[in-house]
Amino acid sequence: MAAAVLQRSRPPDPFRAGLAAGWKVIDASTLSEDRNFEADVAIVGTGAGGGTAAEILCDAGLAVVMIEEGPLATSSDFRMRESDAYPQLYQESASRKTKDKAINILQGRCVGGGTTVNWTSSFRTPEPTLRHWRSAFGLEGFGPTDLAPWFERMERRLSIAPWTVPPNENNEVLRRGARALGFSVGMIRRNVAGCWNIGYCGMGCPTNAKQSMLVTTIPAALARGATLLTRTRAWRLEHANGRDGQIRALECIGLDAGGTDPTPRRISVRAKTFIVAAGAIGTPALLLRSEVPDPHGVVGKRSFLHPTVVSAALMPERVDGFAGAPQTVYSDQFLDVATDGPVGYKLEAPPIHPVLAAITLSGHGAKHARWMNDLSHMQVIIALLRDGFHPDGAGGTVSLRSDGSPVLDYPLGDYLWNGIRRAFASMAEIQFAAGAATVMPMHVSGASFTRWSDAREAIASLPLAPLTAPVVSAHVMGGCPIGRDVQRAVVDTSGRYHHLDNLYVLDGSLFPTSIGANPQLSIYAVVAKLASALAESLAPRRTG
Amino acid sequence: MPARISRRTLLKAGVAGAAALLFARWLYTPTAAPAQRNDSASALDPAARTIVAAVIPVFLDGALPDGSEASSARAATLAGVERAIAGLPPATRKELADLFSLLAFPPTRCLVAGVWSPWPEATHEAIVSFLARWRDSRFALLRSAYDALHQLVFSAWYADPRAWPAIGYAGPPSLEIG
Repeated sequence: MAAAVLQRSRPPDPFRAGLAAGWKVIDASTLSEDRNFEADVAIVGTGAGGGTAAEILCDAGLAVVMIEEGPLATSSDFRMRESDAYPQLYQESASRKTKDKAINILQGRCVGGGTTVNWTSSFRTPEPTLRHWRSAFGLEGFGPTDLAPWFERMERRLSIAPWTVPPNENNEVLRRGARALGFSVGMIRRNVAGCWNIGYCGMGCPTNAKQSMLVTTIPAALARGATLLTRTRAWRLEHANGRDGQIRALECIGLDAGGTDPTPRRISVRAKTFIVAAGAIGTPALLLRSEVPDPHGVVGKRSFLHPTVVSAALMPERVDGFAGAPQTVYSDQFLDVATDGPVGYKLEAPPIHPVLAAITLSGHGAKHARWMNDLSHMQVIIALLRDGFHPDGAGGTVSLRSDGSPVLDYPLGDYLWNGIRRAFASMAEIQFAAGAATVMPMHVSGASFTRWSDAREAIASLPLAPLTAPVVSAHVMGGCPIGRDVQRAVVDTSGRYHHLDNLYVLDGSLFPTSIGANPQLSIYAVVAKLASALAESLAPRRTG
Repeated sequence: MPARISRRTLLKAGVAGAAALLFARWLYTPTAAPAQRNDSASALDPAARTIVAAVIPVFLDGALPDGSEASSARAATLAGVERAIAGLPPATRKELADLFSLLAFPPTRCLVAGVWSPWPEATHEAIVSFLARWRDSRFALLRSAYDALHQLVFSAWYADPRAWPAIGYAGPPSLEIG
């Protein structure tokens, strides 16, 4: 079993081979002087959006410069240690918070962005979400049939397929409990090729099995001659004032080797077309810093997080939730609710590593230590709330601090707390149905229960307010919605900024609501569709 | 009714606490240790380091090893907290510097944290009571400050391989470099 895995050697690191072969990658923390670059297309961000766009535009023969705020780290660097991974690969060392600190946001910041550190869950955009975009936002051209070929294309590109290995016990508990209660349950497809089922997806895949942007589209773009700038913070788009102007250049700031502080180095990128794909906090922030025309004040509004709460259980047998593929089972029993009703939520089972567990468990001292000592018996379910569908769950707003860095103000109101309360109950019921000895909804009270009836009663009256229960997010979405209506949308249905000619947004910030599922495949498909049309318009002779 | 008295007392203490907090921010912000990067300086000034060192054994009561390993485990946790803070963006480092200034400044240490002795002399019980007071505070600001300390200390300790045997975690598999 495990010993067999240990004796296998890591597969080679194709990125290092590419660098040795002369790929153009420049780490701005090492620059001794300012630099200028020119390209057909400048792409800010190398995550699901930027990575997908880069490959498609390079394939069309366009000269591309990619700008990434994080470092380049590849499989040789991935040691499967939380102490390395969070500071190296995540925004703000994995402790980015909303303005009132009530939500902790896990967001990738490295070459490959979130795709380098995500847990590989691959869902097509749920059809009710796409239908809602059409009925509530008038969005045409993004229905299930319109997107089907783009889902298929990206599923092929990224080896997205059913996961046929039995779920680890952490996921099996979710499946067993949900089935016992007659709840819907399904297996999550994953973007992996030759996965070793180790369970460290969140710290960078050490075997290159995860088909992230880091091992697929970005190497393809670099092999076609693209340039990648790392530790380079896109700071401001320089534009001519007035309607339908043009972006002339992107001004960037070099970051130090630690990735936290600016250096004196300035990097200027001139291009014919600019694509912003910096994620749903970074993209609005760059537009706000650039003071692009925004007559209806929509940039950065309606930003979504899938606010997520956690329920821990102690099982009689070992769970070892740190081992084996994370998130292979889901339940949508409570997800697809009427959009004018209470908020829906999706249930999944995350990896359980020591740091993530310790910071999520409430309280301190002996009680906290006892739960940690039972880590190998701990089972965890998370509930991801589908925000953005109801007026009382309208998301948050990205704004800028005095130093120009972004902050997301995301109020958690009664509507979402009601969903959190129902989610705590659903998760506890499933855990007891699967045989849990003890269940603890993650809440400052630290109350735990040995019977479902006690849990149900206590959860009904649990005091809930910001900073009484850990709320996390691993999905940033929205803030630059797509649509024809300039009063509500930031970009048109081609992804082009409504008020500037040569500026596009191609990432998860396009979404008018949250997705209601892990968003990576939604980003891949929508961006593949938009970037392919853009490639055709920019290089018609080469794509025909 | 005792409950009512206690609530009123709490309310008064809370209002006074918030006022003191605002006062301390106003008073201390301009002169507080700047959060800017300084290659030779550590992420925490000496006063802040004293505070973190004081809360570590209380957060990790029951988790830290006993005997001869205890002090090196505490020191490693403190070093881990400093590394974590160094990895935060300037705006967050500044907020933490403000928090530690508030906790170091004797009037606010007494009034807002309820810790009446200087940190190195504060008893275990006094720090237990301080952490509970902030964790359960009616002020979201104090709850968020508790959460910041909670996240820093627990992530520093449980990232450390010496924390793993007690929790049944063998660590990641060791893959050979191919």
